Order: sequence, then C-alpha cells, then structure tokens
Amino acid sequence: MLQMFLRRLFLGAITVAIVSMIIFAGVEILPGDACTAFLEREAQGRVLENCREELDLNRPAVVRYLDWASDALRGDLGVSANGQRSIAEMVGARLQNSLLLAACALIVGVPTAIFLGVVSGLWRDRPVDLVLSTGAIFAMTIPEFVSATVLILVFSVWLGWLPGIVLTSANAPASEFFPEIILPVVVLAMVMTAHILRTVRSSVIEVMNSDYVQMATLKGVPYWRIVFRHALPNALLPAINVVALTIAWLLGGVVVIEVVFNYPGLGRMMIDAISDRDLPVVQAIALIVATVYVGVNLTADLLTMVANPRLRTLYTRK
Amino acid sequence: MTDTPVIQLSDLSIGFTGRAGHTLPVLRNIDLTVRPGESIGLVGESGSGKSTVALAAMGYLKRGLRVLGGTARFEGHDMFALKRRELETLRGGQLALIPQNSGQSLTPTLRIGAQLTEALRLHSRLDPAQFPDRVLELLGQVRLPDPQTITRRYPHELSGGQQQRVAIAMALAGEPRALLLDEPTTGLDVTTQAHILELLRDLARETGMAMVYVSHDLGAIARVCDRVVVMYAGEVVMEGSARQVLTAPTHPYARGLLASIPKLSDPHLPMALGGRPPAPGGAGDGCAFVDRCALASDLCRATRPMLAPGPGGAPVRCHHADRADTLPMSSQGDHAARAEAGTAPVLSLQDLEIRYSRPGLLDRLRGREDTRPATVDDITISIAKGETLGLVGESGSGKSTILKTIAGLLPPAGGEIRFDGDAPLPRSVEQRGPDHLRRIQLIFQNPDDSLNPRHTIAEILEQPLKLYFGLSGTALQDRCVEILERVRLGGHYLDRLPSQLSGGEKQRVAVARAFAANPDLVLCDEVTSALDVSVQAAVLELLNDLKAAQGTTYVFVSHDLAVVRALSDRVAVLYQGRLCEIGPSAEVYALPSHPYTEVLLGAVLEPDPDTAPKLTADDVIELSPPAKGCPFQRRCPRKIGARCDTDTPPWQTRDDGHAIRCHIPLDDLHRQQQADS
Ligand SMILES: Nc1ncnc2c1ncn2[C@@H]1O[C@H](COP(=O)(O)OP(=O)(O)O)[C@@H](O)[C@H]1O
Ligand code: SF4
Ligand code: SF4
Ligand SMILES: [Mg+2]
Repeated sequence: MLQMFLRRLFLGAITVAIVSMIIFAGVEILPGDACTAFLEREAQGRVLENCREELDLNRPAVVRYLDWASDALRGDLGVSANGQRSIAEMVGARLQNSLLLAACALIVGVPTAIFLGVVSGLWRDRPVDLVLSTGAIFAMTIPEFVSATVLILVFSVWLGWLPGIVLTSANAPASEFFPEIILPVVVLAMVMTAHILRTVRSSVIEVMNSDYVQMATLKGVPYWRIVFRHALPNALLPAINVVALTIAWLLGGVVVIEVVFNYPGLGRMMIDAISDRDLPVVQAIALIVATVYVGVNLTADLLTMVANPRLRTLYTRK
Repeated sequence: MTDTPVIQLSDLSIGFTGRAGHTLPVLRNIDLTVRPGESIGLVGESGSGKSTVALAAMGYLKRGLRVLGGTARFEGHDMFALKRRELETLRGGQLALIPQNSGQSLTPTLRIGAQLTEALRLHSRLDPAQFPDRVLELLGQVRLPDPQTITRRYPHELSGGQQQRVAIAMALAGEPRALLLDEPTTGLDVTTQAHILELLRDLARETGMAMVYVSHDLGAIARVCDRVVVMYAGEVVMEGSARQVLTAPTHPYARGLLASIPKLSDPHLPMALGGRPPAPGGAGDGCAFVDRCALASDLCRATRPMLAPGPGGAPVRCHHADRADTLPMSSQGDHAARAEAGTAPVLSLQDLEIRYSRPGLLDRLRGREDTRPATVDDITISIAKGETLGLVGESGSGKSTILKTIAGLLPPAGGEIRFDGDAPLPRSVEQRGPDHLRRIQLIFQNPDDSLNPRHTIAEILEQPLKLYFGLSGTALQDRCVEILERVRLGGHYLDRLPSQLSGGEKQRVAVARAFAANPDLVLCDEVTSALDVSVQAAVLELLNDLKAAQGTTYVFVSHDLAVVRALSDRVAVLYQGRLCEIGPSAEVYALPSHPYTEVLLGAVLEPDPDTAPKLTADDVIELSPPAKGCPFQRRCPRKIGARCDTDTPPWQTRDDGHAIRCHIPLDDLHRQQQADS
C-alpha cells in the first residue's frame, strides 16, 4: 500500500515536471519575451538590453528553466515583468480567494448533489427524478454567463437582495467577501451539482439494479438498510472522481464567472496577465493550476482505493 | 409429511409492456406445486422463463415485469399481495434463493462474515452472541476450507466455487423450508459442481427442505430432482417424474433437448435443435414450438395445445404426444470428422514453460532465478494437420494460458513452439509476421467480450479480410456474405450490432471472424461454455463442418468432458499446468486412466437418474502446483506413498500413443480401476 502510494506520488511529481516544461517551452516559443511585452514600443536598443539583463533573459533557455523550476520548488515564483512584485505574493492572495470560492461552492454543492442524485436515482422515472434530471440538464447546458446574468438581474437588480458584483479588493480577508460571494457561489454550485448529480444518479440506478441488491432484497433485508449498507457504499465510489475533477475546475477554470462577477480569483488574474503579456505570471499560474489538478486527482484515486475493497486488497493481501 | 404445498403457483401469467404498447407475456398460465421435502427441476433454454418462475415464487419481479393473472403462494401466503414488511420476514428466512451468479450477488463492499451475520440477524432466533459461531458452522457445512479466514474476505477474493458455497451458506442461515436455486452450478468445474449437488441433496434430505432447481443442465437435474418440469417460451410443456422426463419424454421439445446434450458414453456429436424460441408475445395462436417441431401439423398451427395427461400419464402440452417416441432423443449426430493419419505436425510444443509472475526488479538485478513452480510446465505435444486436440482440466489448470501462449499473447518462459515445420515461432505477437497472425486464430469463451459492441457484423468481418487479403468494395462485401452463410447466418445480419444477436448467433460471428482469416490452426477457448445445450450442439456441428470442409486444425479447450469427447481426435488432460494423460479420445475416456482423469470422469453428471457420480471424499481445488513429485499428489485417491511426493512420475506410453504419467504401472492401474467400477 505504502509502496503504491509512493509510486503514485512519484508519477504525479513527474507529471507536474513535464507539464512545467511544456508551459515553459510554450511561453518560450511565443514571439517576443517578457521585456518586449513590458516595454512595448520602447523595446529596442539599450533599454531592451538592460531589461533583459535585469530579468536574466540572455542565458540559454535550459538554464533559465532549471532556475525557474528550482525556485518554484522552493515557493519562489519570480517577479512579474511589469510591477516588479513578487509573483508568489500576488498569486498567493488570488489563490486564497479562489480557494474561498471553491470551498464555498463545494460545501454547498457536493452534499446537495449527492443527496439529490441519490433521491433521483432511487425514485427513477418518478416526478422527482424527472424534475431533477431536467433541471440538471438545464444547469449544464445554459452557459454560465447567462445564468450569472439572470441571477444578477433577479436578485440584485430587481429584488435588490444581494450585491451583483464583487467590489472587495483582492487582498482583503475572507470575511469581507460576504455577502458578495453568494451569487458566484450559487452559479458555480448549480453547474457542479448538475454534473455530480448525474453521475450519482446513474451510478445509484446501476447499483440498485445489480444482482447483489436483488439478492439483498430476496434475503429479506429492509429497503433502507439495502440502500445504506449495500447500495450507497458502492454507488458513491464514482462520485469521488467527479468531485475531484470539479475541484480542479473550480480552482482553474472558472474564468467566466470571475469576470462576470469581478471576482479577484486566479482565473481572472490569468486573463489579465495574458492580456498584459506578463509571461512570468502566466507561467506561474499555469504551473499552480497543473499542480492542483494532479494533486486533486491523486487524492481522489487514493480515496477510491481506500474506499473500494477490490482495489484495497490488491495491495494489502498477498 | 403433510400434503399442503409449500409453493403453489396457480395459473400465473407475467408480462411486460412492449415498445408498441402491447402487453407481452413472459410466463403463460403456469401451474406449479411443490410439496414439503420435494425437489423439482425446472428445465428449458435460456429465456424460457425459468428464472422468472423462481423469482415469482418469492413474490419478486424484475424491473418492468408485472403480474397479468394468477397467484403465487408460499405456505398459503399470497406473495404478490403481501406488504413489504411481511415479505421481508419470509424472504431469506423460510424461503431462500441461491442466485444464478453468486459472484455478482454478494455485495462487493461487505465482508463475507458481515453478509452472513446480516442474514442471521434478520432471520435467526439465535442469541446474537452466538452469531460468530453459527457463521463458522454454516461455512463448514458447505465444505469451505478455513471458515475463519473466509469470513474476513471480500467476495472478489474467493473463487467462483467458493462464492457459490457462500451463497448457499447464506440461504441456509434462515433455515428455510423451501430453497429456490437458479442455475447454481452453471459455469463451475465438474468436480465442484458434483460436490455442491451432493451437499444440496444431503441437506434437503436431512432438513426436509423443498427445492426448486432451475437449470438447463439435465445432468444436474437428474442428480437432484424427483420431479421435472420442462418449460418452453414461458409455458410448462411437460411435467413428470425425473425418470419419465429424462428417459421417455413425450414432448418433442424435451426429446430435442435431450438429443442436444453431449454424453460421455456417446462419441457422436450431439444433435442441434434448429431454430429458436419465439420472442415474448410472438407465439401466435398455435403451439409455441411449431416452427421447430418435426411433428408439426395444421392442427398445431391453429390451436394451442393444453396441458393434459400424455401416453405415460405425465401431463404434456402437445397434440401429437403419442407420436413423440418416433423422434430421436439421444445424440445421433455425425461422428466428428477425423484427421487423416500420418500427416506432418502443424503445431508442436516442446518443453513449454509459462509463468505469469515476473521476477522482481531486485531479483533480476541480483541475477536470481525464480524458484517458484511455473504456472505451466513441461508441455510437449504435437498436433497433426486436420486433427482436433481436446484440452481438459479444471479451472485454473492452465488451459487458456497455453492457448494464449500459442497465440503469442503471453510469451513462454521456456521451450519452443514450432508451427508447420518451420523454425520456432517468435514468442510474442509483436514479433510475428502477418502471415503467422492470419494462420493462427483464437476464439474466446464469451462473444460479448470479444466482439466490439459498437461495430456492426460487417465491420467485424471486414477487419481480417482487409488486413490479410486486402479486399475492398464488392469483393469484400461478397466475401462477408459468403462467410456468414458458411456459419449459417446470411447476409441480412451484416448491418446488425452484436447486441441484436442471441448468444449462439454471436458465437457464430466470432467463429466466422476467425475463419475469415482462412486459418490453419484455430484455438477454441471454452467456446460453447456460455451457451445453452441446444445452441452448443449447433456450434459444435458448425465447427465440425468447417473442419471437414477445410481441414482446419483445432485446439479445443473445455471443462466439459463430454463436449471434448464429441469433437476431439486426441485429448490431453491437464492438472495444475502439467500434462497427466494424452492419447486418442476413445483411449483417454476408457480405462486405464490417470487417477486425475478418473476423478474428473467420475464427477461428470449424466442426464440419467440411475447414475451417481463417483466422488473422492475431500477434493478441494488447489491454488499452486507442488514443488516436486507428481503434481496430483495432494488430491490423488490412488497415491502410493512417498515416491509420489518426491519423484516426478514417468510417462508410460502404449502402442496406440496413449500415454499416462503415473508411478503406478499401467496394468496395475487398469486392474484397480476395473475392480472399483
Ligand atoms: N426485466 C425484464 N423485462 C422484460 N423482459 C424480461 C425481463 N427479464 C426477463 N425478460 C424476458 O423474460 C423471458 C424469460 O427470462 P428468464 O426468466 O430470465 O429465462 P431463463 O431463466 O429461463 O433464462 C425472456 O424472454 C427474457 O427476455
Ligand atoms: S403441438 Fe404440434 S408443434 Fe407443438 S410440440 Fe406437439 S407436435 Fe409439435
Ligand atoms: S504418481 Fe502417485 S500421486 Fe501421481 S497420479 Fe500416480 S499415484 Fe497419484
Ligand atoms: Mg436464468
């Protein structure tokens, strides 16, 4: 078990390393560099030379990659091209905000999704299920900016109950984001609930139709005991991986929501950095998102393994 | 014994609503009475409604099905009128089911101990403090070795036979008055099956428990049941004592079913029952069997026969039951096509050794040899052109492993494979040229796993034709149709998906795909094991025809000794990856036999209520071969002492090529075996 864990960890680290190379190479291949981007028109002659000197851009790419990577390992992500500020600091605040948003969405979304998924799976084809399933498809297909706009229109413009955009500054403590954060959380929770609900629903249906649930019924096991003891432990296994994907998505892929609500998260920072051609920042964020992705999926796989005797015994017996 | 029935189904009809909105019956007017202590066999092809009957007796319907009329009673309770709570106390308690596939019927996330304890908590009057002991007692009762360890295992950590025994133990936990068994031994080894059936017989006799035994295996039915009910297309077509139904059936379908069973005593190919049963609702006004019946008349097409006493007194549903005895009921099929003698070997295996375990990295660096016994070892066989070699042995004996190695899917650890007199075959598929790949084809047990569900039959057949022969356009199309016709399917199957075919049809497509490559050697891995007997007979006939027409060489693997006998020229018996006996089929199936072959043959159940299997007291399937001596030493009933534990027994070969690997001299062996039989 431990050996397996270490092996997965090692593979995860290699994945992150390869991704970091791709990110670095990608930025490197783009025409221009941090200095041409920052200096724009003035990027010529001595000024450019000086800038390059200062940012160490004259050394070979491989050396710069190794420097960047080993600094990143120590938590030092370098300085941004324009502001001359520590990227780790800038990104740190944004990462916290993203984590706050993600955590709120997860706390609201995951229990709701699992509960509703189980309900609609157990009452398959009944009115509850039809309502929930149709709702889920709606939530999945309507683009986020549309639902976000509608919610802003209803709750902040018409009813005036909730603030429609976030005005708190990026470095403010978490508590100051309430109640501004509520609408973005609702939009995110809706989308992720829809995805998780559908997975849980189909998995519950499959398990409730399985031979072992039929057998438990024929053994005289009371219905709710079948649901909780025989069915759910098996039906919820696939949910672990979907939740992991959702977490990764929440931390890196919710650009649209952040833009609509003016939320100072990682995604928006990435967009800003791209439009400013602030390449060191782009690199840093891409690296963080990739690491989160790998980390979350690794955790999910390990959890699945612990929860699924089929996989667990593979490593603990014999 | 009182005469009030335990289970009584009266005029029970069950059906579902089809796509067009019509009600389609799955069971039609079933009457079935089971008295205390009685064992009833329910036989019929898959889809005939056997499982539905067994589940209905428990008041359970699969999703989508509903009762159209009639009642199902257990000790007077109307099962479909009971409340959920009342059903829960009866089910698993007084009335228990042993499911068709126990592997999938045990909850994967719960330990065996927990699942048995749950059954006790629900239905046992014992004090909870006694549950752990009772669990061990139940597991011991079903002859599971080391019950203590088993309780801590998860279902997937047990073998098929062990899972089946756990399911039986669970059913017995509530001390049931009636036990429903849905194909409880299908797919198990002959030895395991025979032991489980003996166990059930004994239990029923000891406890006076009634049994309903669902199976398409008439051998098993003959062993366990007093009375047999034959079902066809959702109807009871015949009912009577086991002897009457199995020896003098008065319904044409029952006779056909008997004729399609390969029997050990009979070297003929079994006779296939042509056609297939009507889909639910497709039976029309007349007899449901009319399209497949040799006695069908206009009367049969016009009116549905009623269940009425037939010639022997047993109820039968047939207008012409008096003429049924004109139909054959033993396998009068062809003799298998035989190989021409003296041809050069197509395939020869020389000292083949196969291992699944790879030495660990550390051991490899230190240059250490793997000292564990190999999975398969010391296999030397040569197969002549046009010959069929049967390979038999229990599950885990290495049959499929050898086929995989010949096919190049699993490189051998030692020895060599020569094909068609050439230099040794490259060890793995990647190293083999397209010509070799074409000439050696493999057919698997389960067509569902080997046919891509998203490809049409045309796409499946086109692949080898394009790859090996570069066909395209109409030539390709024509060839596909031709191949399909050769396996008796026809061009209208081209656009279908595998899911739209029956099990037998799918297996024919798999055969067709193998033959599309125009192979010299076809490796068949349990190709009929997942099929009904009647379909199995058809597939065997097909393989035999193709062989007669093209001189193809087969290696035919099966755990069913009768099937192997029907098709093979020579048979090799495998135990724990080692050869025990090899020779012409007639010799291998006659005395003298290797002691292991003797155990296998003794466990075969013939569809004849007057025969009993000869079982060895305690044979438990082993997991790994012993390091030295005879591989069969731990189970051998004729073991002669320490020599068997230490010395590898020699091959004793007779003039006809029949060879047995045992320390006992053949003449002695022959004498002992004759004395015992
Ligand atoms: N849930 C279901 N819905 C509709 N038809 C079904 C269902 N289950 C089984 N059937 C049909 O009922 C018939 C009898 O099935 P079954 O009782 O499983 O037969 P057997 O046990 O003899 O193989 C088959 O035609 C099968 O297709
Ligand atoms: S009623 Fe006619 S068709 Fe049906 S089984 Fe009897 S003879 Fe055959
Ligand atoms: S060698 Fe000994 S153990 Fe092996 S089969 Fe012969 S008698 Fe039995
Ligand atoms: Mg069945």
